[in-house]
Amino acid sequence: MSERKSLPVVADAPADPSRRAFMRTAAAGAAVAALSSCGVEMEDFLRGHFKEFSPDELRHVLAKVERKNLERFGKKTTVSATGPRPGVEFGYGLDLSRCVGCRRCVYACVAENNPSRQSPQIQWIRVMEMDKEHGVDLAHANHYYEADAVPRPGKFYMPVQCQQCRNPPCVKACPTQATWKEKDGIVVIDYDWCIGCRCCMSACPYGARHFNWATPTLPADELNPHQHYLGNRPRPKGVVEKCTFCIQRTREGRYPACVEVCPVGARKFGNLLDPESEIRRVMETKRVFVFKEELATHPQFYYFYAT
Amino acid sequence: MRLDTHALTILAIVAAALASPPPAHAAGGNPAASPAGPTKSTKSEPSPEPANGAKARETAEGPRTPPLIQAEPPPFSEGIFPCSGCHVDPGDRTRRELTFHEDIQKVFDHDSNARWCLDCHDAQNRDVLKLASGETVPFTESYRLCGQCHGDKYRDWRAGVHGKRVGQWDGQKTYFLCVNCHNPHTPGFKGVKEIEVDGKKTTAPTLEMLRPEPRPLRPEEMRRPVAPKASTTAAGGR
Repeated sequence: MSERKSLPVVADAPADPSRRAFMRTAAAGAAVAALSSCGVEMEDFLRGHFKEFSPDELRHVLAKVERKNLERFGKKTTVSATGPRPGVEFGYGLDLSRCVGCRRCVYACVAENNPSRQSPQIQWIRVMEMDKEHGVDLAHANHYYEADAVPRPGKFYMPVQCQQCRNPPCVKACPTQATWKEKDGIVVIDYDWCIGCRCCMSACPYGARHFNWATPTLPADELNPHQHYLGNRPRPKGVVEKCTFCIQRTREGRYPACVEVCPVGARKFGNLLDPESEIRRVMETKRVFVFKEELATHPQFYYFYAT
Repeated sequence: MRLDTHALTILAIVAAALASPPPAHAAGGNPAASPAGPTKSTKSEPSPEPANGAKARETAEGPRTPPLIQAEPPPFSEGIFPCSGCHVDPGDRTRRELTFHEDIQKVFDHDSNARWCLDCHDAQNRDVLKLASGETVPFTESYRLCGQCHGDKYRDWRAGVHGKRVGQWDGQKTYFLCVNCHNPHTPGFKGVKEIEVDGKKTTAPTLEMLRPEPRPLRPEEMRRPVAPKASTTAAGGR
């Protein structure tokens, strides 16, 4: 072993304290001026990251969201921030041999998750109609299909939503850490930290992220009052949103809304770490694939063929 | 010697780092996780258990509340049940065209070349179904009858892979019967509708296929009218 110097020491002496204080005041003044012109409160702007909230701060923030909901919709809401359970990793299965393309899931999701209804219309699930002749091929996919009855002859249907990747390109793309992957696998967004740059949208290979180009249009009577801070709480203009596996339901043990509404039972959901769960049974006995496997996003959303 | 001092310094630093309070990153993440605790004890039952299966399970793991609830079966056609209202005695057991039950005969498409009514319906007691073994089962357990031929579907259904379940992914869930989605007389899946039986929501098969919900709007259909934009700029806008 050659001779080694002592361990590195942190930086030099701090800058002149009075200069530093001046800079701080000046910066704060400029920020207040800028913020007051765009309707953002100072407190919200200076708030820490969700992951660093103390229990007190979290309570305060949740109460504030509820208060704002009441102001905006005139309706009482409950906003939770239930965390991931230990020993749970969510997995989602979608049976392509069953799906008939009826779009019931799309509208159950809309009713549950409080997205904007019209201009912009935001739907987290997109059902693609594809030709049986071509198989899973985006060049022959159409999600604007209209029909009197489904499934149409010669077609099959592939609903696409957030794949909750284990290696999420959107999270890597976000410059403000406004989106991250939780322990149970759900990729979440803090709408208060999203700056609306839409880098995540261009990074996502599944088109699963949607942008509020204008103030969301959500009638008060359609507001789902059961909300999660990282999920279906009403969004402001200029932020990105996406499927969260119905975090407000699944963190409480319930199935996502799309699973419960599916009339053909094509949607399966459960804990990948529980060997007796439905999703594990699917993984072990069916032909399973992930969408765009070649991109190494490692989704927690699996497509399968039960027959 | 020098090496040892270095090792000691590093050790001391590591120890200090471990002793210092951990960052509060978990605080916001799961405030409700600790009181709720792991709910592993109520893990999901793998399958709807016919009576015998349930017993086997109880002896293995001790009794517990069954987390699976059976959905209400779809109702019979009006005024048709109990069948014994008309069928008082076994009657003619030869395969033939019936002069009654036209609504069923009209749609009957369930291996219709080889099978007829009394292959599933019990001739002695018309209010129950009959397995190939001769054992009878009530209409509410018709899945046992279906499972005789459709073993692969039956096994998948018991595991929750075929068909739908609603409720808790980690606990109590409601499962649907074969006949909630498949008309036993013409079982190829066409569509289902939501119905209410005894105030409980359930489903019933239909003879029509499902109509899809409206397609999403195309981007060009979502544009807001241009006129208001001009007025906002006139008013100073932001």
